Amino acid sequence: MRSIILILLFIGTSTTYSQQCNFTLKGNIIDFHDGKPLVDASIVVIKDGNILKSTTSDSKGKYLIKGLCIGKVELYVSHTECNSKTIPLEIKGNTTRKISLEHHLENLNEIVITGEKREQGISKATSVQTLKTADIEQFSDASIGDALKEISGVSSLNTGSTIVKPIIQGLNSSRILIITNNVRLQDQEWGIEHAPNVDLNTADRLTVIKGSGALQYGGDAIGGVVLAKPKALATKDTVFGKTILSGSSNGRGGSVSSSVDKGFNNGIGLRVQGTYKRFGDFRAPDYFLTNTGTEQKAASFNFGINKFLYGAELYYSYYDTEIGILQAADLGNVTDLIRAINSPVPEIIEDFSFDIGLPRQEVKHHLIKLNSYLRLKRLGKLGFQYSFQFNDRQEFDNRSFIDDDIPVVDLELTTHNLDLLLEVNNLDNAKISTGVSAIYQENFADPTTGVRRVIPDYEKYGLGVFGGIAHDVTDDLLIDIGARVDYTRIDAQKFYRGTFFDDRGYNIDFADIIVEQVGSQILVNPVFDYTTFSATLGLAYNINETLDLQLNYGLASRPPNPSELFSEGLNQASVAFELGDLRIEEETSNKIALTLKGSLFNGRLNFNVTPYINLINDYIVLQPSEDGVITTSRGAFQEFEYIQNDARLVGFDVDATYDYNDYFQFKTSFSYLRGDDTEAERPIINIPPANWFNTISYNNKKLNNLSLQLKSEAVFEQTRFPDNNFIARTVVNNEFVDELVDVSTPPPGYHLLHFNSSIQFNLSKLTKLELGFAVDNIFNTNYRQYLNRFRFFADELGRNFKLRIKLNY
Amino acid sequence: MKTFKPLLLIALLILASCSDDDDGTPPVINDEEVITTLTVTLTPNGGGPDIVLTSRDLDGDGPGAAVITGGTLAANTTYTGVVQALNELEDPAEDITEEVAEEDDEHQFFFQAISGANITTMYTDFDGDGNPLGINLTLTTGDASNGTLRVTLRHLLDKNAAGVSEGDITNAGGDTDVEVDYPIIIQ
Repeated sequence: MRSIILILLFIGTSTTYSQQCNFTLKGNIIDFHDGKPLVDASIVVIKDGNILKSTTSDSKGKYLIKGLCIGKVELYVSHTECNSKTIPLEIKGNTTRKISLEHHLENLNEIVITGEKREQGISKATSVQTLKTADIEQFSDASIGDALKEISGVSSLNTGSTIVKPIIQGLNSSRILIITNNVRLQDQEWGIEHAPNVDLNTADRLTVIKGSGALQYGGDAIGGVVLAKPKALATKDTVFGKTILSGSSNGRGGSVSSSVDKGFNNGIGLRVQGTYKRFGDFRAPDYFLTNTGTEQKAASFNFGINKFLYGAELYYSYYDTEIGILQAADLGNVTDLIRAINSPVPEIIEDFSFDIGLPRQEVKHHLIKLNSYLRLKRLGKLGFQYSFQFNDRQEFDNRSFIDDDIPVVDLELTTHNLDLLLEVNNLDNAKISTGVSAIYQENFADPTTGVRRVIPDYEKYGLGVFGGIAHDVTDDLLIDIGARVDYTRIDAQKFYRGTFFDDRGYNIDFADIIVEQVGSQILVNPVFDYTTFSATLGLAYNINETLDLQLNYGLASRPPNPSELFSEGLNQASVAFELGDLRIEEETSNKIALTLKGSLFNGRLNFNVTPYINLINDYIVLQPSEDGVITTSRGAFQEFEYIQNDARLVGFDVDATYDYNDYFQFKTSFSYLRGDDTEAERPIINIPPANWFNTISYNNKKLNNLSLQLKSEAVFEQTRFPDNNFIARTVVNNEFVDELVDVSTPPPGYHLLHFNSSIQFNLSKLTKLELGFAVDNIFNTNYRQYLNRFRFFADELGRNFKLRIKLNY
Repeated sequence: MKTFKPLLLIALLILASCSDDDDGTPPVINDEEVITTLTVTLTPNGGGPDIVLTSRDLDGDGPGAAVITGGTLAANTTYTGVVQALNELEDPAEDITEEVAEEDDEHQFFFQAISGANITTMYTDFDGDGNPLGINLTLTTGDASNGTLRVTLRHLLDKNAAGVSEGDITNAGGDTDVEVDYPIIIQ
């Protein structure tokens, strides 16, 4: 394998330059069917696999390429609406060449996704929503979870204000795949207080698939897929860069993010990117949220050779974050919990500080990726990718009798991935993609913590095979079918407390996995094999010029994660005991979504309506255990256990934009979702409440691209929730009292108003300056969010003035 | 092309490090900060045998309940008390009382008489700031009664909050390290 990589790295490093190079090539590019000029078609001149020159056609379909040498070349001509074409050509002098392209399946594509490029591995029949660079840049100092909330149907599960996990149509954590730069992120995503370890600034586009429509990356996307894609590397001689400086009044901090790209004419491109972010304690309207400061350091390096016929890239990214956790949420037992819930303000409020004290998380994530591709004549494109990830998570807390510098949790997750992908695209009206992906993962829990392992040492092996075909039945109907089979093996070394092992009945059901008894604990070696099947079916139908319909069915299947299998104790973040179960099996989801896209009033009104239903068999959910409360030497705790019930999620997302005139635009989005455990006949916990966003914006291209936006955010109260309340025995006035602890009732709904503005200045031909000013929560409204685990302890953030300076050069 | 060689080296190093290295069994971890055992030894000031209140929970946070032995105290009597906290998950058992004494400014024991037990307590040891610690105490019984004596150890509490130095836990805050209810008979 090493030699393969060596070869791939060396391919294409040799370059040749010619001497007599002053000829021009020009002509028109037209539509084969009606002879109309094609605007913005891309023409690439290739010689021996190297990209020599490239240009795009103008508004009349004309193109002009100068500085060509005598000799044989190939022209690669492409257009979003047409079939790409490769034309051999001999340059003998100044040449004129008329090129015709044929409308093809991209015709449908153009309408279905309103002119947006498709990400690799996603069928055109899959409904996706994308955030582009300009949207992402506004969140330069925030997290990927914050940015994704701009997409309807995407919300977040927060732990405080800085740990933000995306929720797609009601599902989160292991049910969502996060793909950064074509690599599936392996960052201990199972934990509710584990935010994705991605620097948002590495992404040029964020795409959300609300379902399992990307089988290339895995068959277990019960909730959905997030694709964070960086900009493609430069393939021609150029240097450019970007710097974004952000500052916020709330948290008294900000971030700086910079990237520089360098390209060479032989197809070699290079990018260096880095981000530094620092905040102190954030502030709710009435008080500081003590110990909520954060620091983030991230850097990435990308180097590659991209030629028409082949290419290879090396990518490395480093992400390092330190996150303070609200001190008032650090609690001992149920007595402390009741005290904290009943306190109207956090129990610990101190003056502003930049210090990140205890508790806190320190997480480091390394990602290395090597990939290459080869275009095969009369077949398609063959891709190879190897990735390595190392995730080190440390959690620090106030320790009673041990040095606070020794973490209470110290987990190291190492993942190797190998992917092969073949895309067959020489067929007339079909495209086939198929591939194999293999994973080896190892978790190591550092024993020096002096705390029993939250997640045991384990090794995981996986092999997946997938294939799909996208077929144009007619010009207006596209069908996409895909299937994937995964084999997963988890081989763990887990110490159980002997009493727990027996209490769960494992001594009977799992007697064969016992390795040895060590003191009061039992070492077991569970080896679990899962074979899971997943499939997608997509139909895209172009009803007429203004209406499109997409129907997506997805079968997704997810083996249990280590937390669901092996948890066996206190989750400090929720002040509750969480018990996994070795008997848990995979959960399977059947999701059907219908997307209706339309454009009315000459394209001024665009809308998108997506109703969906997700039926999940054996949905894995944490539910209060039969005992309800466990008593330990530290006092009482609420006890939850993972069980499997059937679940049903039904909802819809609506988006619409209306361009009132060239300047004013109105945008609205609404999401509603119901989630039920159909076996226990009760609502599912943590289902996002209905929310409604409305934005009025003013844009004036003539006035330095001035943009002003007023956004209203209305979040309704979640009235459907499971009753997880419990009775705790407490002492009041020296008498025992049974007290009801309300950990279920969601907070009331709220309404917030935000302002955002930006203006651009061209400092020189190549240098562009953009200034942005924004105010979040203009009225400094006090509110709490149902999906923030700290909603019992503190209000959400108060007003925040933000300044953003962006420089493109 | 100069950048190329180090990159290659990095890539090779990573691949080389893929090889399986640890097939041995992982070391066992016993929770180091658990107080499995809490005893309060009460010596009657007027002489007589010690009364020992004990609580043992040898599976720590496991489902096994603690075995708690209360005591029978004489009415209208003063006892000198000493608290001992042990972690018996470790071998030999670790005396956590020593660590509490070392970090005396961060810890405090509380003694609550609940459900009618006629008991009052007084701290007899103090931290460097003159705030009570509670490893040592004086316990005085009143008339005959039954009830519960709750012993709580808190850390990172607010020792200056109202009532805390008098042994009132209400405003103490902080995290609970141990909380045990001993049944008491006073006769």
